[in-house]
Amino acid sequence: MSYEALQTYWWIIVSLLAALLVFLMFVQGGQTLLRQLSKTEIERSLLVNSIGRRWDTTFTTLVTFGGAFFASFPLFYSTSFGGAYWVWTLILFSFIIQAVSYEYRTKANNFLGRKTYDTFLFVNGLLAPLLIGTAVGSFFTGSEFSVNRLNITNIADPVISRWETASHGLEAALNITNLSLGLALLFLSRILAMLYFINNIDNDSIIKRSAKTLRYCSSAFLVFFLLFLALILTKEGFAIDPGTRLVYMEKFKYLHNLIEMPIVLIMFLAGVVGVLYGIFLGSFKSSSRGIWFAGAGTVLTVLALLMLAGLNNTAFYPSTFDLQSSLSIRNASSSEYTLKVMGWVSLLVPIVIAYIWYAWKSLNKKKVSESDLENDSMKY
Amino acid sequence: MEHFDLALVDWSRAQFALTALYHWIFVPLTLGLSFIVAFMHTIYYKTRDEEWKIMTRFWMKLFGINFAIGVATGIILEFEFGLNWSNYSWIVGDIFGAPLAIEGILAFFLESSFIAIMFFGWDRVSKKFHMLSSWFVAIGSNLSALWILIANAWMQNPTGTAFNADTARNEMVNFFDIALSPTAVFKFLHTVSQSYVIGALFVISISAWFILKNRHLLFARKSIIIASVFGLLASVFVSITGDSSSFNIAHTQPMKLAAMEALYDGEESADLYVVGLLNKNKDNTNFKGIKIPGMLSIMAFRNADAFVPGVNDILNGNEEQGILSAESRIEKGKIAIKALADYKQARKEGNDELADQKLKEFETNYSHFGYGFFKDKEEIVPNVPLTFYSFHIMVALGLFFILLFAWLLYVSLKDRLVKNKLLLIISLWSLLLGYIATELGWIVAEVGRQPWTIQDLLPVTASTSHLSVGSVQTTFFMFFALFSVLLIAEIKILITQIKKGPEKGGSHV
Ligand code: HDD
Ligand code: HEM
Ligand code: HEM
Repeated sequence: MSYEALQTYWWIIVSLLAALLVFLMFVQGGQTLLRQLSKTEIERSLLVNSIGRRWDTTFTTLVTFGGAFFASFPLFYSTSFGGAYWVWTLILFSFIIQAVSYEYRTKANNFLGRKTYDTFLFVNGLLAPLLIGTAVGSFFTGSEFSVNRLNITNIADPVISRWETASHGLEAALNITNLSLGLALLFLSRILAMLYFINNIDNDSIIKRSAKTLRYCSSAFLVFFLLFLALILTKEGFAIDPGTRLVYMEKFKYLHNLIEMPIVLIMFLAGVVGVLYGIFLGSFKSSSRGIWFAGAGTVLTVLALLMLAGLNNTAFYPSTFDLQSSLSIRNASSSEYTLKVMGWVSLLVPIVIAYIWYAWKSLNKKKVSESDLENDSMKY
Repeated sequence: MEHFDLALVDWSRAQFALTALYHWIFVPLTLGLSFIVAFMHTIYYKTRDEEWKIMTRFWMKLFGINFAIGVATGIILEFEFGLNWSNYSWIVGDIFGAPLAIEGILAFFLESSFIAIMFFGWDRVSKKFHMLSSWFVAIGSNLSALWILIANAWMQNPTGTAFNADTARNEMVNFFDIALSPTAVFKFLHTVSQSYVIGALFVISISAWFILKNRHLLFARKSIIIASVFGLLASVFVSITGDSSSFNIAHTQPMKLAAMEALYDGEESADLYVVGLLNKNKDNTNFKGIKIPGMLSIMAFRNADAFVPGVNDILNGNEEQGILSAESRIEKGKIAIKALADYKQARKEGNDELADQKLKEFETNYSHFGYGFFKDKEEIVPNVPLTFYSFHIMVALGLFFILLFAWLLYVSLKDRLVKNKLLLIISLWSLLLGYIATELGWIVAEVGRQPWTIQDLLPVTASTSHLSVGSVQTTFFMFFALFSVLLIAEIKILITQIKKGPEKGGSHV
């Protein structure tokens, strides 16, 4: 593969990890529904134990997404994390409190009490999709930062990337495009959670309540998602001149990308149809297959969106402060050698996915049920 | 233009140190206990003896409580490379990112996929698959240690890389030089084996408490025998690999070695300090206590007559031994930095001849590049007393653990453990000593390499992000408060679970 092909390949891998992460955020969505979908303690316990067996997969996907992004596009890692400090810190903070909550919430003498741990779960369920969506929204709207590699030779002040606002990333939440993506993601994660419950829990009242709540969550999701789509497809985008590599604003850039990359268009449409069909199966048929359609649809849609942001001579992390500081998959990537080494490693990914799948299936053979919880001392 | 801020550097260091030290409270136990659980699970699988099932489940439960908080603290560390060390992330990301990504892809997923089966698989999957899952968890967590330690070892001894003047960063040129460097190998072996020591001490400490309380005697004695065999093997290995680490440091980080031994004036046939106190002197009259003559030379170079450089030799240079002074390295470093800037300028202006000349100049002086960021030569000396005491206490504890495991094994096999109150009390408290040793080990490794983030290439002062001190202070206290609360919760839950003891009565005597 050429250097360019490797960069594209790695953009797709990182996007795939991000897409899987969004799907797996049904765990977070579920955390916001614990109260709403349960009437009794036992029902709540069913909900917690259903998603509780999966939280670690979501978490690990986030960690791996971070690692893979670092390895393939280190300039993004250094610019975005060091710059949008507060957004990322809040996201991480919410994941810390999540990680312990499942394990500790019902343990005797747990210091903070079950209510606190359940609140932790709720906070993570709310903040993670909302803020991650907002941060990803800035791939389309831009942020205020500058990058100058020559700074390394300035002994008194050698930092290469700098953020130019004092709020260090929090300002992204004030942008309507970013915010609509964040809200769309929040409602999507709740939709996926309810579809997962319908699939995974053996309890009629939870299934009924999920099917009902699905309907209004879906309308909220659609409103914000369509708003986000309308905004990015009509806005100016951050295009790169293939000859000079200069960044300039192009009208309808993302719409052009969609048309110029027919595969992405097909993926996008198939993804949206999948999500809608999954919702339909869940809310009107109470079918347990909804999660698979909506899940696959989510992965395809997110993958397509990130390709719009990064491929076809587009700057994936644009700077509105200094257009030429914008990051693209060309100028932010690792060296050819590193991408190659990592390319070899990525060949193992199918094996990893295979055993995750196998492990997942062998545990999900039996649905989570009341009798199940009574007989098992290992539970959350 | 703002000037870089020493307070920012210090708070960023403090935040990294805080989160790393917290993470390291939980990680060694995860690494060690996972294997002990897998052993017990295997014995249960082979014998189908309910006793072993109860034991496996008991230790597994404690494992789970500890695991959750290890994961919670780990995620912060990974992202802190970007959050607080943004410049570092760009300048070395091409090398450093790879092991982190591989860790996620190959290790964390293995661990997290099978951990759910390990906990919840009791009646859901076949007994064999379930037992294998415990092994996958142990292997997965130890693999994650491998990759993060390769990353860390590369910071201590940056091999397999070259600086690319056009992209202004270090780039990987040979993956295997990085993954298989002796620093990485020793670091991995030493760190995982000492984690098995922690795992063994954990089991021993809790079992000793049960015996002291006259509960679960059979359970506790079996656990102690398993743990002390495991611990004895591991602790012997710890001292061997620790010695190899010192040998390696002598060749790659002479300043760290000098700090570990508080050796100011280098000498041939240098002595090893055993126990004693340092005073404020900055020469070799700084130590009162017992020494082993010539031992340091043997440790460092496997030769009793070898010359071991001290802090002053590295600071002021030593022509006889071919050591450049810090001052001349700083000068050469500044030449390298200037040449890089001129090179970039020349390239921009299209002056290829000048560019080539500047590039040559840069490359000749590159091995001193990082020194160019210092104002004062004293900046290259780490905190000597902290490194010295940490090292000596770690080593002393290492030797003590070997004796402890051997003693325990002997007494257990003679079946006299229950009556040996003294040994039981020592065993109970030895876990605390284990944690002290392990945290001190990292202080030796990380404080001893100051002021470098990447040895000789990048000092901490040039590694930070562009943030206000206030932001980092705020997050420091946020993390400090949160982690402390969670640590208290963990300890309370653990103690409660331990007091409850193994389920279903086990072997009440
Ligand atoms: C229970 C914990 C424990 C014990 C008993 C020992 N160590 Fe250790 N040591 C560690 C836990 C540790 C560690 C936490 O794992 C470190 C920190 C960084 C590393 O690579 O391992 C370490 C680092 C470390 C280093 C620095 C490595 C570096 O800077 O890269 C040296 C030279 C030694 N050790 C040597 C020894 C010797 C000679 C011991 C004699 C028995 C010993 N250690 C016992
Ligand atoms: C010697 C150093 C380290 C070792 C051996 C180590 C090992 C481990 C292990 C075994 C886990 C599994 C969970 C647990 O702790 O119980 C873990 C979690 C984690 N560690 Fe560390 N770690 C080390 C330092 C670091 C550092 C410096 C980072 C930052 C890059 C880091 C990042 C993480 C992350 C992100 C997790 C959570 C991942 C997950 O399991 O989902 N670790 N680490
Ligand atoms: C988990 C075990 C670890 C502990 C307890 C630990 C401890 C520390 C301490 C005490 C410092 C501060 C030193 C000072 O400022 O004087 C530090 C800094 C640092 N460590 Fe570690 N460390 C650990 C593992 C690692 C690993 C595995 C890596 C890299 C893969 C790493 C990378 C760093 C970095 C980047 C800094 C900040 C820059 C610097 O001060 O050099 N650490 N660590």
